Amino acid sequence: MKKMFKHLFSFFAIFAVVMLVMGTESMAAKKSKTLKNTIKKGFVRCGVSQGLPGFSNADASGNWTGVDVDVCRAVAAAVLGDAGKVKFTPLSAKERFTALTAGEIDILSRNTTWTLSRDADIGLTFVGVNFYDGQGFMVRKASGITSTSQFKSGLSACVNIGTTTELNMRDFFTANGITYEPVVFEKADEVVAAYDSGRCDTYTTDKSGLAAQRTKLSNPDDHIVLPETISKEPLGPVVRQGDAVWEDIVRWSLNVMIEAEEYGINSSNADSMKTSKNPQIKRLVGAEGELGAALGLDNDWSLRIIKQVGNYGESYKRNIADTGILPTRGPNELWTKGGLLYVPPAR
Amino acid sequence: MNLKSTTSSISDFFYARPKLKYYLPQALTIFFIVFIFGYFSYNAQVNMDNRGIDFGLRFLGEESSFDIQFTPFVEYDGTKSYATAYLVGLINTIIVALIGIFFATILGVVIGISRLSPNYLIAKMSEIYIEIFRNVPLLLQLFFWYFAVLRTLPLPKDAINFFNLDVSFLSIKGLYVPRFIWTNGSLFLTSIIASLIIIFFLLKFFKKEQEQTGKQYPKFFISLTIITVLPFLTFLIGGVSLDFEYPELKQLSKTIYNFKGGISIIPELMALALALSLYTATFIAENVRAGIEGISRGQKEAAASIGLTPGQTLKLVVMPQALRIIIPPTTNQYLNLTKNSSLAAAIAYPDLVLVFAGTALMQTGRAIEIISITMLSYLSLSITISIFMNWYNKKIAIKEK
Repeated sequence: MKKMFKHLFSFFAIFAVVMLVMGTESMAAKKSKTLKNTIKKGFVRCGVSQGLPGFSNADASGNWTGVDVDVCRAVAAAVLGDAGKVKFTPLSAKERFTALTAGEIDILSRNTTWTLSRDADIGLTFVGVNFYDGQGFMVRKASGITSTSQFKSGLSACVNIGTTTELNMRDFFTANGITYEPVVFEKADEVVAAYDSGRCDTYTTDKSGLAAQRTKLSNPDDHIVLPETISKEPLGPVVRQGDAVWEDIVRWSLNVMIEAEEYGINSSNADSMKTSKNPQIKRLVGAEGELGAALGLDNDWSLRIIKQVGNYGESYKRNIADTGILPTRGPNELWTKGGLLYVPPAR
Repeated sequence: MNLKSTTSSISDFFYARPKLKYYLPQALTIFFIVFIFGYFSYNAQVNMDNRGIDFGLRFLGEESSFDIQFTPFVEYDGTKSYATAYLVGLINTIIVALIGIFFATILGVVIGISRLSPNYLIAKMSEIYIEIFRNVPLLLQLFFWYFAVLRTLPLPKDAINFFNLDVSFLSIKGLYVPRFIWTNGSLFLTSIIASLIIIFFLLKFFKKEQEQTGKQYPKFFISLTIITVLPFLTFLIGGVSLDFEYPELKQLSKTIYNFKGGISIIPELMALALALSLYTATFIAENVRAGIEGISRGQKEAAASIGLTPGQTLKLVVMPQALRIIIPPTTNQYLNLTKNSSLAAAIAYPDLVLVFAGTALMQTGRAIEIISITMLSYLSLSITISIFMNWYNKKIAIKEK
């Protein structure tokens, strides 16, 4: 008899927990398989690079930092309430899209260039731009080359496989009538090692990448990044096609970070901004309106992003400016300050 | 009781129908295989549909728009199709596999025989070589040859100039050798093939003569004369001539130099071929040793007692028998080498995996199609090698009369 009660009790307990979990799920969560799975797992599955300082880079104890990493942290803060609840999967440029479409990760935040064919072709959706970049070239200072116009046929160029870089490089050399030797590696570290040893005369990738990888060279000061930019490289997070709610959550997690900077909200003053007179600011910190509900989240989602991850400017300063990779914001400045960062209003 | 009667009735049932007993397991196996494959492809299709990915090979005709570093035998640039890029990758894989198999076989046979040498130093050195190279992972050896050894080569400006002849140079950017420019080259080629055919029939004739009359001919010298004189004649009277295009050092900037002209053998190919041959040679050497040791002592003693020299013993008595033991496991090593060549991607050698399952996959996003094609290509390569080696194995097998 006692045993039967015990069984009955545990049955009801499980039943109650299941009902509770189901009950707290909002409409949006029901519609979004990814959101549902993320809440169930308790962490955001995020695909990052295998180590690109400033964007996604793990330190000796395995902590990931970078502006790409911060996008995933922002989503974790919004969805799970804790920016630390992210599982990072380092991916090569070659593996990244397959990992996303196959469902191994839910956000790909890996300095990935937004192009038409990628967006349309292979079951991917780009949600925004978190870094405006352009492809450049690095050469040895001693070579005397100070501009790409001095490039001559016969040059060998080290490059990473499976990137738009590989295509841009060909476009550039072909347009200028230069024959060249592409040396294509699978991992960025090997590209750097090959360039460093003299196998290649120039190393080409996004300029931010050049600046970051330069720090890994044996003598960084012996190398210069040429001034020319040969392509547009808007880098941004990617999600799988077909989950509109999840797509919105990722897009607006990024947008909130940028908009928070625009309105002067940062991680230290976010709480006090709740009493601001400006309704736009109040909406951003969740003191007014029902923005969270529209995404299937609670109303403090954006406040948590700002408090736990910071606004875009803080993230940039922490990861890219203070680490000496790119001291100035360049195009990644707010539109109000002459940059390209302009996001739709969160209202 | 009941159970017993059912089992016996089942076996009775099949006993009465031998044909059914024969075909049923096979039919079930086929059904099972078809079911598994059907299920997987259906599953893949559903998942691809869900994610908005379509399946098709049309992309093969599209412009590839990327360049490849090393494209021998095929005209290739970014305006060519993905199918051409595939061909370049496949040919590069075949090239490195052939080079690897060639050197691994030679080295393997030499090392295998030296391991059995009565000379202590030679035997010990061979053993040490085998133990080192077969026990270090191939990928590490590859990195070692590429990053550690080849990287110590000089820059093109200070390239190693072989014998100071100014014809071939070795630098960090590769080995540059002269390119042959033939006039009437096909006639020269024909003459070589013709001499080979003549030699083949002559050797057959000599063998027959020896078997019937015991008369011996200087086979080697006659063959050598034919293969040098006949092609040489084409130069004298056939209008064949040969020119060389030598590599030339060109300055591209204050400190950047590179060679132009000639044939360039990229360091990636050298490192890959080196690592594959040195690694696989150890296994082949062990096969050779096993083959030779597998021949009973009596054979060698008998050969010695009829006055054969150690060299003749090896060539006429031991090797023909040892080959039967050596060939089957060596076939495995050839297959391994071919498949291991896909490690090329790690050191930028543009093989099938790097070019097609790498860049092309990335640019098109067609993972299932491209990986399937790549897998089928390796499968075909391996099967071709297997068929050839099995044919050879049959040829040298004991022919029961």
